[in-house]
Amino acid sequence: MSKLGSAIFNRLVIIIPYAWLLFFFLIPFVIVLRISLSTTAVAMPPYTPVFDLSAGWSALVQGIKELSFDNYVWLTEDALYAKAYVSSLFIALVSTILTLLIAYPIAYGMARAPSGIRPTLLMLVILPFWTSFLIRVYAWIAILKPEGLLNQFLLSIGVISEPLIILNTNWAIYIGIVYSYLPFMVLPLYSALEKMDNSLTEAALDLGCTPISAFWRVTFPLSIPGVVAGCLLVFIPAVGEFVIPDLLGGSETLMIGKTLWNEFNANRDWPVSAAVATILLLILVVPIMFFQHAQSKADGEGR
Amino acid sequence: MKSLGSIRRSFAPWADPASKPFISFRNVTKKFGDFVAVDDLSLNIYTREFFALLGASGCGKSTLLRMLAGFEQPTSGEIILDGQNLAGIPPYRRPVNMMFQSYALFPHMTVETNVAFGLKQDGMPKPEIAARVEQMLKLVKLEKFAKRKPHQLSGGQRQRVALARSLAKRPKVLLLDEPLGALDKKLREETQFELMDLQQELGLTFVVVTHDQEEAMTMADRIAVMAHGKVVQVATPAEIYEAPNSRFVADFIGDVNIFDGTVSANADGRVQIETASGFPIRVVAPDGPAAGAKAGFAVRPEKIKVSRDAPPSANAVRGEIWDIGYLGDMTVFHVRLPDGKVVKASSLNAVRAVEDPIGYDQEVWISFAEDAGVVLKD
Repeated sequence: MSKLGSAIFNRLVIIIPYAWLLFFFLIPFVIVLRISLSTTAVAMPPYTPVFDLSAGWSALVQGIKELSFDNYVWLTEDALYAKAYVSSLFIALVSTILTLLIAYPIAYGMARAPSGIRPTLLMLVILPFWTSFLIRVYAWIAILKPEGLLNQFLLSIGVISEPLIILNTNWAIYIGIVYSYLPFMVLPLYSALEKMDNSLTEAALDLGCTPISAFWRVTFPLSIPGVVAGCLLVFIPAVGEFVIPDLLGGSETLMIGKTLWNEFNANRDWPVSAAVATILLLILVVPIMFFQHAQSKADGEGR
Repeated sequence: MKSLGSIRRSFAPWADPASKPFISFRNVTKKFGDFVAVDDLSLNIYTREFFALLGASGCGKSTLLRMLAGFEQPTSGEIILDGQNLAGIPPYRRPVNMMFQSYALFPHMTVETNVAFGLKQDGMPKPEIAARVEQMLKLVKLEKFAKRKPHQLSGGQRQRVALARSLAKRPKVLLLDEPLGALDKKLREETQFELMDLQQELGLTFVVVTHDQEEAMTMADRIAVMAHGKVVQVATPAEIYEAPNSRFVADFIGDVNIFDGTVSANADGRVQIETASGFPIRVVAPDGPAAGAKAGFAVRPEKIKVSRDAPPSANAVRGEIWDIGYLGDMTVFHVRLPDGKVVKASSLNAVRAVEDPIGYDQEVWISFAEDAGVVLKD
């Protein structure tokens, strides 16, 4: 009886995440996909056809026949979209690399800190989340603007003679993304580095490695799962990031999140913005799936 | 060719005043904050010696080893290796290699690359590395496992990889931190003898840290028994066992009965101790304590004879069988003396079937020879 009970319980436990994914990922995605195949209309909702299940089977079939890939064709015709995708990927890539370079020493220092103060350090990394993301990004405007805190400080110590123009450039976006996503990089790196047996480093030193070569031959290779997890956690949301480029990047910045927002709100073109979102998803998911496949294959070989 | 056994028997550089120590700890102290891990310790270890640091956890034995490897720096004192003061020399420039308790095998590398790690780091040419790795894997009988990763190996195999890796660079000294701790009993016993043979074959100096006294007794030429950061006694296994210099060592190594009392006579290299157990102990003790002093007499269970009839020897007393432990190869008797003291005595079961063996609650005599134990001064 208890065995059966626990078997049922095990099933239930597995069902919960799948149900979550079904309701909050797959079904919304299907809705977006279906909108992306529709046509704009001056109506409510602003696209056509609208499936009305009460209208009967033939109306549904008729509606499906009206769906088309025109919006996707449109995306290939206007170079703006391709540029926005490429620029988003580039900005996300640069930001991810910068975040990694800054987060690694932080995570390393945390993992090597006395075990008594590690929870405090961890808390400090998570602390910024206690303030609204939007407010923190707004705060960067005050810091980065020409008469902002940073320029005032640099001018007062005489490093520069005229204000740096950072706000409304890509640099402001990099700073914003690195700042906002740093915890997402630090945490997986820390967890990978923290569980690493310190005697591995000692063994490397014992066998003739200087501390630097011990890092590159032992510590870093063993932290790669953390590096990969951190990079994905930063790169993926950064590609679709809308708030940071909108607030810090100014009007010149071309990022797909902003493009999507414009299509959706300014143009009220739901089908095109849905198509933009679908393509963005494919751009991100397909390479990640290949990567995961390669990763699990490599793990399988190691086992 | 001499057998390994005869080499071992004749090996005793510590007894020769002309021989120079290979490793010297000179007044070494190591503090971690307020905690004194190693306390003003001096110790000499000789070339080709198999030296064991034995003690309970927290006695400072591992700290001593880590100072030799270079992972810790002494707070004061110095460590000399082959005439060179090791102060300020980082681990990667010391001619010693360590086999870690956790083995510390690199999980992302194969057995082969693990063993080659140190050689590659030293920039040895590739063909030479390949030859050395092959030789090392042959030495530990793991040729077939060269391409495997550590997690594909058993505990015993991992231990061998760790050994091969630490020997690959041909260090002057091999440090072994609880080398057999993670193995099961049978494998541990086999590996003890393999390590001894390997050490003789390679002619290296081994310093091993262990909390397992049997392991230390089996393998080591000499043992340093440590407690609270100090060396209590340094001697050969036989000396440590048969002539412990203190109550601590007598009690720490093996089983022992200690009779406490007062010395009533000291003459002709013999002392007599009056005990509460109702019989005087008269034993050989060349520089025993003077009459009137408090002293203890330590005697091992196997040196005590249990018999039904009164023995002719002097050190004998009647008692009652309290407990019997049959271990197969021997039987351990717990004999209760009139004053309530329980004495452990063991006898070898050299004959398969004994008629009328000694049983529970029987009255027996226990006795021991006058050179059966040592007198411990208080």
